[in-house]
Order: sequence, then structure tokens, then C-alpha cells
Amino acid sequence: MPGTPYLPSKPRSTPSSDELRARIPGWGADLDPKDRPSYPRERFDPGATGAHWEFPERQEEKWPRERSIEHEFLTPVFGTSTPPRGLSGALRKYAYATYSEGRAAHWLILMGADRVDAIESHLRSFATLRPDNPITETGVLSEFSRGGLSSRVGRKRVDMSHTWIDPILVAGPWVLAGVVLLRLGRRVSSARG
Amino acid sequence: MKAMVYRGPYKVRVEEKDIPRIEHPNDAIVRVTLAAICGSDLHLYHGMMPDTRVGMTFGHEFIGVVEEVGPSVQNLKRGDRVMVPFNVYCGSCYFCARGLYSNCHNVNPNATAVGGIYGYSHTCGGYDGGQSEFVRVPFADVGPSIIPDWLEDEDALLMTDALSTGYFGAQLGDISEGDTVIVFGAGPVGQYAAKSSWLMGAGRVIVIDHLEYRLEKARTFAHAETYNFAEYDDIVVEMKKQTDYLGADVVIDAVGAEADGNFTQHVTSAKFKLQGGSPVALNWGIDAVRKGGTISVVGAYGPMFSAVKFGDAMNKGLTLRMNQCPVKRQWPRLLEHIRNGYLKPNDIVTHRIPLEHIAEGYHIFSSKLDECIKPVIVPSAS
Ligand SMILES: NC(=O)c1ccc[n+]([C@@H]2O[C@H](COP(=O)([O-])OP(=O)(O)OC[C@H]3O[C@@H](n4cnc5c(N)ncnc54)[C@H](O)[C@@H]3O)[C@@H](O)[C@H]2O)c1
Ligand SMILES: [Zn+2]
Ligand SMILES: [Zn+2]
Repeated sequence: MPGTPYLPSKPRSTPSSDELRARIPGWGADLDPKDRPSYPRERFDPGATGAHWEFPERQEEKWPRERSIEHEFLTPVFGTSTPPRGLSGALRKYAYATYSEGRAAHWLILMGADRVDAIESHLRSFATLRPDNPITETGVLSEFSRGGLSSRVGRKRVDMSHTWIDPILVAGPWVLAGVVLLRLGRRVSSARG
Repeated sequence: MKAMVYRGPYKVRVEEKDIPRIEHPNDAIVRVTLAAICGSDLHLYHGMMPDTRVGMTFGHEFIGVVEEVGPSVQNLKRGDRVMVPFNVYCGSCYFCARGLYSNCHNVNPNATAVGGIYGYSHTCGGYDGGQSEFVRVPFADVGPSIIPDWLEDEDALLMTDALSTGYFGAQLGDISEGDTVIVFGAGPVGQYAAKSSWLMGAGRVIVIDHLEYRLEKARTFAHAETYNFAEYDDIVVEMKKQTDYLGADVVIDAVGAEADGNFTQHVTSAKFKLQGGSPVALNWGIDAVRKGGTISVVGAYGPMFSAVKFGDAMNKGLTLRMNQCPVKRQWPRLLEHIRNGYLKPNDIVTHRIPLEHIAEGYHIFSSKLDECIKPVIVPSAS
């Protein structure tokens, strides 16, 4: 005789509730959906939040804050981390001013700006007392102190199939930049010599 | 002050920054005593989230002590020990008034599709986060709560995101008594989602991952049956076998954008950013759940499209429920569960790392070295 789901009965493999209550601390404490804090999903209760305003006071806008064109106006409160700057900043402002969140261009330009930002920032860092250091900033030395090998070898980790891409993605551009600089340097010195 | 700073994909460092200032009358400045790195931070760290700017301080799981309050703050004062939900939210907009705190409309100018999240790119509002000695906390009368005396610091810390999210994920599953629940992902969120599924009366809880040490934790901490998907040619077929070919009543996706197990999906998303996120776990879930079943998605995906098997979801008549967690809504009930001894949140903490060494912390957690499940960050001043 076949079993579920070819018949109306439930699966045979489920233990009884009594068994589970005895075995698992707290089993069924929230069995009644009314005890679940996110049930129902929407519950109109504006007094419950601690807000003592109908619309919040507005935070001062200290530089033209980029915003989604799907907003009617600048939200009363916003983050003030890292204002846009450089070419990446220009790209970002363009993406926000031109495309809604529904357009792929909006996100693709923002992602492109992120890559530009990383390059700009690395270059800028070389003019400071603290240039970027890909060794310390990637934390890669923990590979030696925290079992990089033993955490991977002999385990069935599926990410081993693409872990090799990471060093290329991260170190590749640095190596490339180094080679280009070296070549340039040689050319300059041989042109002078 | 010292703060973690993003320097581009896979690169972070600690920098000296100005202590944040009150920028709005309902702001508070909080001195951070503990922070954590979340699986969501890895999406930023890997450069997958649009508008993640070099110089930003990450960190949306943190607790601390109130250092200063703005003139309109009534509920907090200097010296209060507070836990701060990862959501920045106003408490008064259309969405907050209905309990959808993670979908607040008054705090994120950059996007209408997301609410505000501390230290989580400009796409989530451009707020600096708490992997730092100090942090600006907007709407101090709305988000933060004073930590009850009996609650341990690390447990309070975990309430600000991972624990609340796992608990919320189980609720999104609409679990009925005796239901079979499959949780994809044995990270912090998956561990708590599995544990919480029992509270809702699940009959079986199955956890799937490819990291054996995390599955081990799911067996001991969350009393779950576990399957390592790397051991099966097709994990979905195995799940059908394990459920008498019915499929699970409920699936919880606690993996999100960097789901592994399919080279093309993973690499196009996590490495080359051509998709909003890799939907491997979500697609397995759509296949492994029974017809008429429910999928709860708490794993996070970026705003771009992902190759989700929507046709199967439609034909199977599935209910898909998802959101960022409205954290504070979970707290009163969660505190009861902790007090009753049903949950001990910090059982999953594996690493305690000084803020100065946060670059190693990111690498260890990201590369899953040293049996890492949850790394906690300790600022030097605390
Ligand atoms: N909705 C929210 O409010 C919210 C809050 C916190 C975290 N999140 C998201 O939840 C997800 C998990 O967070 P975490 O802190 O537990 O992260 P994590 O990186 O520690 O855990 C993810 C786990 O999934 C496993 N995994 C990868 N591919 C898999 C697959 N195909 N099937 C099963 N398991 C797979 C990984 O090995 C890992 O153990 C992330 O996407 C994070 O962004 C959402
Ligand atoms: Zn998080
Ligand atoms: Zn709001």
C-alpha cells in the first residue's frame, strides 16, 4: 500500500507532540499564532513605538544629499557617512538623479561607481601616511594562525571549487598595477639613460 | 575614536575617526561595548551591495552605553546600557505605525525599497555602523531598549539581529503543529530559525549546509536533523525521500545572496555581481517544499534580479513570505523565552575579537576558518 502523498494521510515519520514536548525545551510555546510577535504581519498601533511626533523634525542637509527619485522629498532623517566624491561620486549622483530603483541602470551604475571608488581610494591612499596594505586589510594572515589549511582540507566544502578565484579578484589588480608601474619606470629610466 | 572602515572588496581596516555628533534632536550617541559581524556584512565585504562606499563603517549588531542624547530624547539618558535593533526607523510613518519597522519610509533617502540599517551601505540609508567605539543612533526614543539587568551582554547583542531574525524567520513560515521544516543554512540565523521552529510546534526540523562543524552545532544547539548537501548528488531528491516524497511543509532560506552549491549561480552573483544574489538555496527550497507549502526568506538578496524558479513556485501554489526583521517587535516574547531557559543565544558565539583585529575577523568569518560560527567584536574602550 503506498503512503502519503499518494493518500490523504500525513507522513509517518513525524514524532508525536508529547514526545517532542518532553525532548525539546520550549516546544510549542508559540503554538498559538497569537503568541507570535509578528502575527499578524501588520498591526496598526502608532502609539506603541515611542515616537512622540506625527512627522519627525528634519535633520539639517549639510550637502546636497542624493536620493531616490521615487521619494517625494528628502527623508527627514538620513545617514551622513561618506559623502560622494571624485568620479565615483559623480556617477552616483547621476544614477540617483536619473534612474528609478526599478531600472537596472540605476544599480549597475552604482555598482560601477563602487569599483571606481575602490580604485580612486587606493590611489588617494598612496598620497597619505597610511597607504592601503592589501595584506593586513584582507586579514589573509589569519590563514596561517587560524587553520587555513585544516579548515579546508579533508572537508566536503563546496566552496573549494571557486575559492581560487578570490586571490585573483583581490590581488590581481594590484599585481597588474605593479607590473604596469615597473614597466613605466623602466621606460622612463631608459629614456633618460 | 577607532572604527572599522571599508577599503574596497575584501579589505577593511581600523582608522581613527571623529566621534559622531548629534545631528537630529532625537539622536543619541552610543559608546559601543560589543558588536558582531553578521552574515549580511559579508555581502558588503564581498562588494555585492550597490553603493557601498570606501570609508564607511559597517556594523548593525551592537550594544553599548548612552554617551549623549539630543534635546528631544525622553526615554534614554547618559549612562543607560542599551541594545539597538539593526533597523533605523522613525516609529511614525505609514509602515512603522503598522509594525513594519524594517520598512520605515522616513530614514532612507537612497531607496524606497529598503528601510534604514546601520552600517549597511547607502542603499540602506548611508548610516555609519557599530563596529566602532561610538555610533550615532537616530530616533533614540524608538529603537533602543535598556538591557534588563539579568540579561548577559552577549545575549543582548544577539537580540539586535541574528536571534531576532531567526525567530522572525520561523514565524514567517506560519508553522502549524507537526509541520516538517527545512532550514537552509546553518549560520547564526539558520541556527536560531531551527531552534525557533520548535517553539512554534514543528514536528521535524531539518538543517542543510555543507559545513560539517555548523551542522554539528545545529544538532546539539537546535536539536535538528542535519544533511550535508555536499554528500548528495541532489539534495532535493534526498529531502523528498526523507519526507515520504511529500516535501516539507515549510522551508526557511537562511542563506541568502551567496548561496553555494551551484558553481554558475554562485560565481555570477558573489564573484562577478551579475545577479542580485545566488538563488541556489531558494530554488532548492522551492523544489523541496510540498505543494501548497510556505517558503520563508530571511536570507538577504541585493536589489538586482536573481534567477529564481518562479514558475515552480506558481505551479505548486506556494506562499512566499519574507522581510528584513522588524527586530524590536520580537523582543518582549524573546526575552520571555530566554528567561524560561528555552534559548541561550550566545551558545553559538565562537570568536571574540578585539576591534583592532577586525580585518582577521572578517577573513575568518568569510572564509569559514577555525570553525567560526559567530564572531563578536570587542572595542578597546569597553
Ligand atoms: N532578514 C533579515 O533581517 C536578516 C538579518 C540577518 C541576516 N540576514 C541574512 O541571513 C543570511 C544568513 O546570515 P548568517 O549570519 O547566518 O550568515 P552565514 O554566512 O554565517 O550563514 C550562511 C550559511 O549558509 C550556508 N550555505 C551556503 N550555500 C548553501 C546552500 N545552497 N544550502 C544550504 N546552506 C548553504 C553557508 O555554508 C553558511 O553556513 C544572510 O544572507 C544574511 O544577509 C537577514
Ligand atoms: Zn545582520
Ligand atoms: Zn518609519
